[in-house]
Amino acid sequence: MGIAAHGISKRFGDFVALDDVDLDVESGQLTALLGPSGGGKSTLLRIIGGLENPDEGTVHIDDVEATGVPAQRRNVGFVFQHYAAFKHLSVYRNVAFGLEIRHRPKAEIRQRVHELLELVHLDQFADRLPSQLSGGQRQRMALARALAVEPKVLLLDEPFGALDTKVRKELRDWLRRLHDEVHVTTVFVTHDQEEALEVSDEIVVINNGRIEQTGTPNDLYDHPANDFVMSFLGPVTQLGERLVRPHDIEVLGAETAGAVPGEVVRLVRIGFEVRAELRAGDSDPWVQLTRGQADALDLQPGRAVWLRPAHDASTLAAS
Amino acid sequence: MTDTPPPVVIEPPSRPTRTAAPRKRRLVKYLLRAVAVGYVAVLVAMPLVVVVWRTIDQGASTFWDAISAPDAVHAYQVTAEVAGLAVLINTVFGVGVALLLARYRFPGRSLLNVLIDVPISISPIIVGLALVLVFGWTTGWFGSELQNAGIEVIFSTPGMVLATAFVCLPLVVREVLPVLEEEGIEQDQAARSLGANALQRLVRITLPTIKWALAYGVVLSIARALGEFGAVRVVSGDVTGQTQTLTLVVDQRAEQFEPGAYQLSMVLIAVSAICIVVISLIRPRGER
Repeated sequence: MGIAAHGISKRFGDFVALDDVDLDVESGQLTALLGPSGGGKSTLLRIIGGLENPDEGTVHIDDVEATGVPAQRRNVGFVFQHYAAFKHLSVYRNVAFGLEIRHRPKAEIRQRVHELLELVHLDQFADRLPSQLSGGQRQRMALARALAVEPKVLLLDEPFGALDTKVRKELRDWLRRLHDEVHVTTVFVTHDQEEALEVSDEIVVINNGRIEQTGTPNDLYDHPANDFVMSFLGPVTQLGERLVRPHDIEVLGAETAGAVPGEVVRLVRIGFEVRAELRAGDSDPWVQLTRGQADALDLQPGRAVWLRPAHDASTLAAS
Repeated sequence: MTDTPPPVVIEPPSRPTRTAAPRKRRLVKYLLRAVAVGYVAVLVAMPLVVVVWRTIDQGASTFWDAISAPDAVHAYQVTAEVAGLAVLINTVFGVGVALLLARYRFPGRSLLNVLIDVPISISPIIVGLALVLVFGWTTGWFGSELQNAGIEVIFSTPGMVLATAFVCLPLVVREVLPVLEEEGIEQDQAARSLGANALQRLVRITLPTIKWALAYGVVLSIARALGEFGAVRVVSGDVTGQTQTLTLVVDQRAEQFEPGAYQLSMVLIAVSAICIVVISLIRPRGER
């Protein structure tokens, strides 16, 4: 087991950051800790990395007890949201830092650093200072720096949070491809569900210091355990007494078994997607359709329609 | 579809007419400038000019005699030793205290933060007196213990070093602390995760980060240490040829109408001028 954290509890004064949390990450797996701000995911990550100590619980890395071991001896790579670049050192010296601390021979350092800089496409910036790099480049440097010492575990704390959307998407893809090549047990923290869904092998949803659900992206999206997970991972709307995904509602032109009557209130077109807001009995569901579907049904405000959840859609009882 | 809009007339901005009000405003402006310049001139420039003038006036041989007199030479040694040790001690403790305040929360933290500024606010003579009351052989708290151990603090170099270090206390801390607070702790944590122990992080990350602020604080401390008078006077006993720093010699010469006060003041002024030049060279880079 790459990472095994059991029974982790942590308080800051009166605030309970983590409450008896268990986390298992298989060796070589890429796991996302997903949840809203203040939910405890960064705290858990830092406890795994040794930058915080839990009040209770144990941490094992590669089946070796790491609970009391200080951060500098855990051999864990850490990447921070705001890069934590060593501002007075060049890109080369930043990446070489961990190796220099370990007193590796100069030739070995040079080879490894250039290998990594090529991997992250920063080789031509080796002599620049971090302040001369863009945000995306700094984060790639930070990744190279963390990987330089061949850590057993790679931890990323909202690594793309400080970057523009476009750069964020690029680096997201890039992280996934890097992981496919390098296969280090990786855990990253994010509050962006799209990121978690796109990049990770497994998602752990954390809210208010507790784990809500653990599973593959598809598992969590299609079979959420509760309405928090369902609404955090994707859009949700209420049809009657059930919570269902807006794209999982079938809109029919004629009365059909199992379908409730409704009326189109408003239509909004966003790109190729059409959002139809409806009134059905006591609820106000909205439905996500493609343009083709909306045109085929000839949807107009005021049109009467029948709605039912798609037969393979998972729904939850509304609380 | 719509009617053509009426033609738009653009009028040029009206030129301000010369009235009495602007003239009065200009007068006030010049008057304020004159007051400011005059204030600096009288307080700072004039005394310096007088010292330089009188020194030159008294001639080169007087200059040479004054600065090479035995008690002056001894004073250079004492000053270098006292200021040097005080600045060194203050630098080490200054960085330590700044790190403590920047990175840790503990009961009494705010109090410590306020205490750092005490040396600036109380009179140096009181500093000297306080030291005598703590370390003096006859009157001090630790007097008998020190006397039995044969350790002379008051009327000797250790006391003078203490007094000078005390008055320099805030200078390093107040320069370094904001830099540490602004940088935050992330670089240190990154270094930790990469395997660096506390000493390696201090030397490779923390010190380079506070480099310019620290240099600035040290130069300020040097200037302050060299110019210290009141506290050192009380603590040293002002014994000619033994426990006098340069400032004390200048005071003695001036008081007793002996020659040499201007010349030795020139030496102090020259050293201060060098400090100021160094400070201004360091400063722009420190403000990065």
